[in-house]
Amino acid sequence: MMPISQSVIKKDHLAKACGQAMYVADYDTTQMLQGLILRSPHAHAKILSMTYPPLPEGYFTVDYRDVPGINEVHIVKDDTPVYADATVEYIGDPIMMLVGPDERELERLLAQIEVNYELLPAIIDVRDGDTAFFDYHFGKGDMDQAWAEADQIFEECFETGYQEQAYLEPQGLIADYNQGKITVRGSMQCPYYVHGALAKALGLTPDKVRVIQDVTGGGFGGKEDYPSILACQVAVAAYKAKGQPVRVIFGRREDMEFTSKRHPSRCTYKAAVKNGRVTALDADVIFNAGAYTTLSAVVLQRGIIAASGVYDIPALKVHGAAIKTNTVPNGAYRGFGAPQTFFAVEMLMEHIANALDEEPLAFKLRHMVRQGSVTSTGGRYHFPVPLPAMVDEVRKMSDFEQKRQVYARQQTGTTRRGIGISLWFHGAGFTGSGERDIIKAVTRLHKLADGRVEILASQSDIGQGIKTTLCKIVANELNLPLDQVSYDNPDTDRVPDSGPTVASRSLMTVGELLRRAAIRLRSQWQEGVEQTVEEHFKEPDFVIPFYIDKFQGDAYPTYAWGVCAVEVAVDTLTGVNEITGTWASFDVGTPIDLNIVIGQMEGGLLQGLGYASMEQLAADQKGRIRNHSFSDYIIPTAMDVPLMKVQLHVEAYPDGPYGAKGAGELPLVGAAPAYMSALEQALAGPINHIPFSAEDALKLIRQSRRA
Amino acid sequence: MQMMNEQTGIPFILNGRPVRSLSAPGTRLLEVLRDEFHLTGTKCGCKEGECGACSVLINGRLVTSCLIAVGSIAQQAVLTIEGYRETERFAVLDAAFADMAAVQCGFCTPGMVLATEALLSEHPHPSAEEIRQGLSGNLCRCTGYQALIQAVRTAAQRGAGLW
Repeated sequence: MMPISQSVIKKDHLAKACGQAMYVADYDTTQMLQGLILRSPHAHAKILSMTYPPLPEGYFTVDYRDVPGINEVHIVKDDTPVYADATVEYIGDPIMMLVGPDERELERLLAQIEVNYELLPAIIDVRDGDTAFFDYHFGKGDMDQAWAEADQIFEECFETGYQEQAYLEPQGLIADYNQGKITVRGSMQCPYYVHGALAKALGLTPDKVRVIQDVTGGGFGGKEDYPSILACQVAVAAYKAKGQPVRVIFGRREDMEFTSKRHPSRCTYKAAVKNGRVTALDADVIFNAGAYTTLSAVVLQRGIIAASGVYDIPALKVHGAAIKTNTVPNGAYRGFGAPQTFFAVEMLMEHIANALDEEPLAFKLRHMVRQGSVTSTGGRYHFPVPLPAMVDEVRKMSDFEQKRQVYARQQTGTTRRGIGISLWFHGAGFTGSGERDIIKAVTRLHKLADGRVEILASQSDIGQGIKTTLCKIVANELNLPLDQVSYDNPDTDRVPDSGPTVASRSLMTVGELLRRAAIRLRSQWQEGVEQTVEEHFKEPDFVIPFYIDKFQGDAYPTYAWGVCAVEVAVDTLTGVNEITGTWASFDVGTPIDLNIVIGQMEGGLLQGLGYASMEQLAADQKGRIRNHSFSDYIIPTAMDVPLMKVQLHVEAYPDGPYGAKGAGELPLVGAAPAYMSALEQALAGPINHIPFSAEDALKLIRQSRRA
Repeated sequence: MQMMNEQTGIPFILNGRPVRSLSAPGTRLLEVLRDEFHLTGTKCGCKEGECGACSVLINGRLVTSCLIAVGSIAQQAVLTIEGYRETERFAVLDAAFADMAAVQCGFCTPGMVLATEALLSEHPHPSAEEIRQGLSGNLCRCTGYQALIQAVRTAAQRGAGLW
């Protein structure tokens, strides 16, 4: 292990452990107004009129007419309104905000607002959707020849459900408008995304917008785009309040029901097989985007680029569409489209292997990509693909072969056991040319006269430990004790735009920029004076330029790799299963802090296991999300956590700091198919949807009994 | 801090000191702690008693303060993270949590620390199952619980005799 991998006490540990860390809800509210949002009760309707009740002094309303700039939230496209104007597009679409000093009074007054609607036809089920927000096609090889020559053709549809990020701290922001300048602070992943959105909605120049991240109680993607929307709404209220700050803190129900989630998916796959090998794959990937585009374009891109998984398939045809429905807009969640397609392709490979009477793992290994292989988009796997070694590690840890053989025999009694394994990658950093063409990250190091060094960057520590790891990198290059290097929560008045805290990019991309900045500072170091150095992103030379219009080139410079085995025991009377063991090997390059990286791997893996099973969330026929509390959206507790053994396999990446590459999202991405493969063995039947419930297990048990 | 008045308010012991709450008796203890006494280490994650972020100890027993009406705790002793962090036991827990990197986003942490205190008070040498049960009322979305479980085990070993 490299010395930098040695764990340290996290920079933000003590403040958080003793309850002193200031989250946005912790600021004194005596001088603040509160805001409550009125939301649409209909999935699709025209707003005919609104009648506001007489308001006591100190209370006022905010709606689209109050937006001083453009009534659009800048995300990728700008179709999300700050406040609905002509129509409402989903249950929960924000119409207006009521602002005043007392929350209970606000609730009372909000209930008296009358809105007349003309109901419009609503599309709730994605299969009824007729509007594709985004529609992509790409492929390679000769599909026609593959179909013509195939011995067998397999076709199957895979479905995945919603997943709620369920960060423990709900969304919340405070906005303050003073002397022509708007300041928004609170819980967020991407201060400069919020900054850009505010400038547009308020019609202000960038220097009149200030965004500060407060200590953030988890994000997992849920605080990537959503804070831009809420920020515009709160900022317009503060603009109208003229000098008094306005605060909006969501309750859990509001947060769960109306903020972005993982896209539900339907993936229809067709595979041609010749001589025991998959020669062609046709993947039709449908994501339910919800009512506005938000991040669906980029989520879908990552999803379809991973459509063929870790397999080298000569001919490939991929179609992806993000379909509009009149439901809550879906957005970023750790894995960003890839958990959906990895579930599909991993289960497909299992099912083909089963049909060919071959052990799935052996079948998968025969198809695996290796260094130099062509990617789905005609790029290259430039670096060694460590999957075979990682598979061996997981096999050993889990005693895979032995268990797999034993459980394959006819099982009797009320407990049925199974073990399964999955393989996956996660493309490290932004998809395609985003880093080079859109983000153009800038970082600075500021050295004080006394020799202390401050990092100036816009990364948010949302629990992943970036405050600590970035400081470790800089301290290491400058030979300084860790306490001489600091990194405060980003404030756009003070820090350059080093890009958002997303896509497993912060440590790999911004960490490397800071490492280079530190080397430069070291070479220019002068005792006793203040110094600043700046570093700009430059794409590594080896990258094959990516063109999004053709889906051609290196979608990612490198990849993080995952292998996971899950073992289950199912009670055939109740259908309830218990995970009796989980073993995983992850390659995220050099860990910059062993404890921190292992913590990311374990936490992500458990979110992936929850995604596959207990985390059930659905919209009813009217488009209303039914599971909007921790009482009916169940996430794993300490009682649900299995025996979990995680180890790291280090394949150092030359363009990441000390060999580090993307880490945060990886562990979630491929956990579900390992779990479902184990359940398939236990239940002796095929699984093609998640979340997979106890009721689903009972159905499968009944089916296999009949068969 | 509210004005002390022997005639009004609901008297209870807060972190070792006698106080009176002037909030309506039906007010959630969570809100009394955060809004009236400005003790914001107690976090609000759901207001339904599900997440455990608002956990405090009442007479040594772990409760979710969002489900406790302040009127029901007259004369009882409430311990929040702000009081507990002054203790020797906290120092042991803090070090164990730090060494295991058991704190990620930190929002569940004050509640988790108090849940650990309640757990170790009942089981000074807890089994793996007792640890999992002891933490099961407190949700953590970041860690996958492994580091937390390890931290509790470590604290139990290091703090021999303290609990």
